[in-house]
Amino acid sequence: MKDKFFPALIAGIVTFVLAFPLLGLSIVADGLTLGLEGADTKTLGYIALASLAVFFFQLWKSNIVAVAKSIPLPKKAYSSPAARSQSQRDKREKLFTLIVVALALVWPFFASRGNVDLATLVLIYVMLGLGLNIVVGLAGLLDLGYVAFYAVGAYSYALLYQYFGLSFWVCLPLAGLFAAIFGFILGFPVLRLRGDYLAIVTLGFGEIIRILLNNWTHLTGGPNGIGSIPKPSLFGLEFGRRAKEEGNVPFHEFFSIDYNSGYKVIFLYLLALLLVLFTIFVIRRLMRMPVGRAWEALREDEIACRSLGLNRTIIKLSAFTIGASFAGFAGAFFSARQGFISPESFTFIESAIILAIVVLGGMGSQLGIILAAVAMTVLPELAREFQEYRMLMFGLMMVLMMIWRPQGLLPMKRRHMELTNG
Amino acid sequence: MLKLQNVHTHYGKIEALKGVSLEVKEGEIVSLIGANGAGKSTLLMTVCGDPRASSGKILFEGNDITQANTPDIMRSGLAIVPEGRRVFAGLTVLENLHMGGFFTNKQEFESTLEHVFKLFPRLRERQSQRSGTMSGGEQQMLAIGRALMTKPRMIFLDEPSLGLAPIIINQIFEIIEQLRDEGMTVFLVEQNANQALRLADRGYVLENGEVVLQDTGDNLLVNEDVRKAYLGG
Ligand SMILES: Nc1ncnc2c1ncn2[C@@H]1O[C@H](COP(=O)(O)OP(=O)(O)OP(=O)(O)O)[C@@H](O)[C@H]1O
Ligand SMILES: [Mg+2]
Repeated sequence: MKDKFFPALIAGIVTFVLAFPLLGLSIVADGLTLGLEGADTKTLGYIALASLAVFFFQLWKSNIVAVAKSIPLPKKAYSSPAARSQSQRDKREKLFTLIVVALALVWPFFASRGNVDLATLVLIYVMLGLGLNIVVGLAGLLDLGYVAFYAVGAYSYALLYQYFGLSFWVCLPLAGLFAAIFGFILGFPVLRLRGDYLAIVTLGFGEIIRILLNNWTHLTGGPNGIGSIPKPSLFGLEFGRRAKEEGNVPFHEFFSIDYNSGYKVIFLYLLALLLVLFTIFVIRRLMRMPVGRAWEALREDEIACRSLGLNRTIIKLSAFTIGASFAGFAGAFFSARQGFISPESFTFIESAIILAIVVLGGMGSQLGIILAAVAMTVLPELAREFQEYRMLMFGLMMVLMMIWRPQGLLPMKRRHMELTNG
Repeated sequence: MLKLQNVHTHYGKIEALKGVSLEVKEGEIVSLIGANGAGKSTLLMTVCGDPRASSGKILFEGNDITQANTPDIMRSGLAIVPEGRRVFAGLTVLENLHMGGFFTNKQEFESTLEHVFKLFPRLRERQSQRSGTMSGGEQQMLAIGRALMTKPRMIFLDEPSLGLAPIIINQIFEIIEQLRDEGMTVFLVEQNANQALRLADRGYVLENGEVVLQDTGDNLLVNEDVRKAYLGG
């Protein structure tokens, strides 16, 4: 106990020393001069309380950690006795997936508009998380500028619409393609880099794209962004009150039902769901193909990969390119959903959130990433009153995760493969 | 089959190989022994094209591969079991073997896999185990198996006995002999000079980046200098 007392005391004092000038003092403008004023007693009380809390937490940290660890975990979602065969497990997994998908399809018709809208946002992050997971989780390349590809996708649609009047459905694959091309271009210079260096260069790339969008005013509108981007149509049916485009018919007129702006929200949600399912499907296939295994092998040991005749340039480039293309799809969808985009939406914090989703989800596992995307998007919404403390809670969550599940929510599990050379 | 002519290799300014010439003929086991830092691994890696030789000539089956790319070299019938095994720890045994058979078609893959499993029954038992959780000996078997999956005609082994118990070492050396009997050409780098030379048809001794001795395995085993330096007197 004694050897813990002094470190705890110091931690408490440090908290006080940090918090007091930040919160306990406030600057007041008195005419032309600035004065310093102590805060009210209530704030001082909070500061003292916080310092005490830190002190006691440090003092009893080991006990608290022990308790936290003993909390029953949402352990292996499909943990099954070893006796159960792979095919049986696959069957259960399939059933589980079907039920979840069915629920996700039906749910928006009973939920409130706001919730469906939020769910759409979650789905965008799921897509981004799954895409980044290829680069970070599978190939092990730390990419801090993933948001750049998201931006490329979003601006692809916005600009192609603005200058050429192309529709969402034409732009969706193009956005993926452009993002992939940017991934390829970024891939080249960073191939030789590893770890920290790679992270810094990708971080720089993310910023370059954002600053470029911000300053290339006559093309992108700069900080003013691009507005009135149309929503996707359903085989030519639009979801607005009146059709914007010649020859298109509004959805409600076609089916002769009353106009309801809720249809639009539900349609966007279902579209996002479709995109996510597509993403999951494609990535699952990739992971079982030799190229997916090559990404993981490269993450494990580059020299061994080379010794087997694999070309690491091609493997890394394919990870970057394919990962980026999913951000491109997500970006195009994002700009269609928002109707307005500006460089504001593509700051570093977005990259950080997507990366946090991947890490939180457990690097490489798809289900984990979906759960993490839900947690990272829904929790801040639920805690809107604590808006100012969002980052604080974010940090707290990360710390708790490190203690509680250092490998992420659902670390990737290896499939027992059948003997096929896929 | 493999021929090195006056090969020099540099790491920056350090000259790790100072004009090495040697030859491995088809169907032979040739052992290369030498102290730590003599340049044994460097020699193997130079043949694989990483690092490149700064001068000299390397011929594999008559083709000049001195300037070829590593992936091309490694797909031309040559395989290396790198020092320290380097299995893909997060991948299962079978996935590791899949990586070895990356460029073979399905049929070849199945038959080679069967062959590898016959050589190492342990790998068949453990095919869905994460390779990082296997013992050192099992990992060495996997590393060899993985290299064999590329269907090489010649295999390099860099210190396969590293950190293994005598029984396992014997097993591994038996497998090496068996491979040779099946027609594989083997170039073996070892600290374990005694066993390596006993197995070898011929041997080379490398010191400070230079070949100082070459002879048949049996002659080297009784050579005074070799006995003093590498066999403990
Ligand atoms: N990547 C590198 N960069 C710089 N120098 C290197 C590098 N790799 C090896 N060397 C140097 O080259 C020399 C030969 O090293 P090498 O690894 O070939 O020795 P070795 O004979 O395989 O030794 P060991 O039996 O310990 O494996 C050593 O002096 C080593 O320090
Ligand atoms: Mg060595």
